[in-house]
Amino acid sequence: MSLSAGWYLGLAALVFSIGAIGLLVRRNVLIMFMCIELMLNAANLTFVTFARVLNDIGGQAIVFFVLVVAAAEVVVGLGIVVTNFRRRSTTVADDLHSLKG
Amino acid sequence: MPLFPLAGFLVLVAAGRRIGDPVAGWIGTLAVAAAFVVACLTLGGLLNQPDAHRLFVHDYFTWFHVGGLNVPVGILVDPLSVTMVMFITGVSMVIHLYSIAYMKGDPDYPKFFIYMNLFVFSMLVLVLANNLLLTFVGWEGVGVCSYWLVSFWFHRDSAASAGKKAFIYNRIGDAGFLLAIFLIFEKTGTVQYTGGPGGGIFGQLHHLGGGTGTAAVLLLFLAATGKSAQIPLFNWLPDAMEGPTPVSALIHAATMVTAGVYLLCRMNHLLALTHAGMEVIAIIGGVTAFVAATIACAQQDIKKVLAFSTISQIGYMILAVGSGAYVAAIFLMVSHAFFKGLLFLGAGSAIHGLDNEQDLKRMGALRKTMQWTTITFTVGWLAIAGIPPLAGFWSKGDVLDNVYSHYKVLWFLGLITAVLTAYYMTRLQVLAFGGEPRWDKIGPHGEPPLHAPHESPWVMRLPLVILAVAAFFGGLLDLPWIHHDSFEGWLGPVFAGSLYNDHLHAGGEWALALTDLAAALIGVIVGFALWRGAQVDKPQLEPQFLQRVWYWDDFYDALIGRPSQKLATFCAWVVDVRIIDGAVNGMASVVRATGSATRKLQSGYVRNYALGIAVGMAALIVFLLSRTWWS
Amino acid sequence: MLHLSLVVASTRPTWPDILVFAASAAVIVVGALGVVTSRHPVHAALSLVMTLFGVAVLFIEQDADFLAAVQIIVYAGAIVVLFLFVIMFLGVDRREDVEVEPLGGQRPLAFVMLAITLAGVIAMLATAHWVTGAHQVVGPIQGPITKSAGAPSGEVAQLGKQLFTTYLFAFEATAALLVIAVVGAVVLARRPGLSEKADRAEQAERAERSGQGVAS
Repeated sequence: MSLSAGWYLGLAALVFSIGAIGLLVRRNVLIMFMCIELMLNAANLTFVTFARVLNDIGGQAIVFFVLVVAAAEVVVGLGIVVTNFRRRSTTVADDLHSLKG
Repeated sequence: MPLFPLAGFLVLVAAGRRIGDPVAGWIGTLAVAAAFVVACLTLGGLLNQPDAHRLFVHDYFTWFHVGGLNVPVGILVDPLSVTMVMFITGVSMVIHLYSIAYMKGDPDYPKFFIYMNLFVFSMLVLVLANNLLLTFVGWEGVGVCSYWLVSFWFHRDSAASAGKKAFIYNRIGDAGFLLAIFLIFEKTGTVQYTGGPGGGIFGQLHHLGGGTGTAAVLLLFLAATGKSAQIPLFNWLPDAMEGPTPVSALIHAATMVTAGVYLLCRMNHLLALTHAGMEVIAIIGGVTAFVAATIACAQQDIKKVLAFSTISQIGYMILAVGSGAYVAAIFLMVSHAFFKGLLFLGAGSAIHGLDNEQDLKRMGALRKTMQWTTITFTVGWLAIAGIPPLAGFWSKGDVLDNVYSHYKVLWFLGLITAVLTAYYMTRLQVLAFGGEPRWDKIGPHGEPPLHAPHESPWVMRLPLVILAVAAFFGGLLDLPWIHHDSFEGWLGPVFAGSLYNDHLHAGGEWALALTDLAAALIGVIVGFALWRGAQVDKPQLEPQFLQRVWYWDDFYDALIGRPSQKLATFCAWVVDVRIIDGAVNGMASVVRATGSATRKLQSGYVRNYALGIAVGMAALIVFLLSRTWWS
Repeated sequence: MLHLSLVVASTRPTWPDILVFAASAAVIVVGALGVVTSRHPVHAALSLVMTLFGVAVLFIEQDADFLAAVQIIVYAGAIVVLFLFVIMFLGVDRREDVEVEPLGGQRPLAFVMLAITLAGVIAMLATAHWVTGAHQVVGPIQGPITKSAGAPSGEVAQLGKQLFTTYLFAFEATAALLVIAVVGAVVLARRPGLSEKADRAEQAERAERSGQGVAS
């Protein structure tokens, strides 16, 4: 009922790349987080595709876990962003360079 | 037998300083005397054996055993080593006795006898060893003791550097010795003379043919030139006269300088394998004898004349060895020990009597006040000049006889040298003991006049007498017409197979003997004629060229000394500072630069780190892609 | 063209399938680009929601209905809302200058790297022989969970069975992770002033008491 898996995988790769570029290019921390979500979604799409191809429920289980962990990660990450914002009043990632070697 | 002087050494080391003089001196002398007694007993034992059985090898214990090399500590007693031991201990004993009085009053009195005893011990080890490595131990031992004894008065700069010079020249020779040992061991698998696997070195001579044999022989000869002061390593001996006179007498006349000749005689079977090597040895011996004799004609210092005379006489011995006349060489060695020892001790007596004045031009007419010294010195003078019936005539004649049959040119050179020998010794005798006193006048450089010379105490006179008797009658050891029962018969079996002994018909022998006598007389007469008068400043007879040792020292200095210094300076300032320090510091700089460059990677920007991850990811994808494509 | 050794053999794609896929793909890509290129964080968040919806549609098309629902509820409904909360909290009117790139070389290198990655992945898809594991390692997607009659069947049932048997440990661990995340967020987001004020009050009390003790 669906197209061959290759299309889905290619689409996932494309979305992943777009998310990665966004992560590297944008300076706003929140938008960087959203790009991370994009990448996770691309990974989920890949897993579901393979679950369908292999007729294996394990792929979907993994997606389930990825979803949960992504949620937790976003929670903690945003908490860190908020704390940082309180100190420095900035959401620009480039301003957090005190670990310069 | 070597243990006696070793015991003496140890006792003196332990308690010498407290015993003080002169007891320390007596202890040292007694130690050597005990060794002499044992030597006589050994001689008696060997004489009882028939000719062919006079070889006795005994291993005491194994020094070390490494892989295929087994080095024992043992002795080899045969006529050659017993001969050496006899005259070494005999002459040493006499010289020790002499030193008791000569060194009296010296603050380091016990130390002197410590070194002397150690020296005798080392020399005995050298001569009695039954393998090359143990010989080398003795060789090094005598070298070290020579260094210590020459620079005995080390607070004098000249003495300290003379000691260094002696040791360094010796060392060069030692390198040759070691290389020869390596070569021989490689080819024969053993370092023992006889005994050991395959019958020792002498049992495996077939392995040492051709180039290896010649190389080994030449290397051993290099060692001998170093120790026995031949060309090219002879410059140290005149400088070594800085040491006390007994040292000069013992080490540089009678024993250490003969070690080189002994080594070559011991290895005679090896020498017989290589004709080219023997030629080299003979030529160098002859040339050295001649050169040294010419130099001796122009020296001012009494000890330096005797030093060059030693070099010249050893040149004769080496010449004999190179011609295969080993017995003649040993005979000359023994008689040389007697009369050169005598001459040195006599000179020491004269120096002692004149309060340490060594310049010949300031002596004169010593015969009037030092009768004993004069008489014994005359005996020595006549002996070395080659006047019959003293020992020198017979021994030098023996050498020249044997050389005549081999190398006529070298024989002629030897004959000229004999003339020169007689000449310079006569010059010495006349300047020191004859003529009118010059020591009571102002010296040539403005020194004040000296006190009247006094005769030496009996402790010093007795050795002079003993040695004079030996020099007088030593010739009886090997008169040319007695073959079997004399020295030649005694030593012959040791050199069986490689000995060359020329039995000229009686007419030829007499002719050569007369030639020798004529040469000696010419030298004596010319010497008397030129030097008898009161005028002792004769610069045309003492050219600068000869006085400066044919400029040999300067030659070495320019060839080796200065360039070495330049090299050392270069190394210190360029290599050390710029290259080595530069490398080390440079490495530090490189590390620092790398660190600074790498530091830029840690920019602190999260996005840069993310970029790093992206780079890694791309690389991984490409790698996996290549894997899939290639597989 | 694209060929896989493991292709779903059952059906050939029909026109509705292709259409749905194309539309969803377009939505997803537009949303992704929107996230990456918006100046305003709120616009970016809304683009993200668009992408999430597209992905959910694709999940449904691949017989992962339950996951599509979970995706909408959790991702679009909770996570993005959380994002919006924080954006509002930190100030809505912050615009970012997208043109300027202060870090040298970042943009070119990023594009290059990701072009390589993308090209590589697509090349791999096109040419490689995929070696994948056996079918049904864990369990089928459809079908009853036990052999007995009347057992629940379908994707949800299968997923539930695996979650509580094979992946039980991971399940519990993620539960713990969620709790930790909540606790951590609470701690991180606490107002600093509150704790400091409490400390100061305590110190004042202690000082009073000790002062009284000394004075008396």
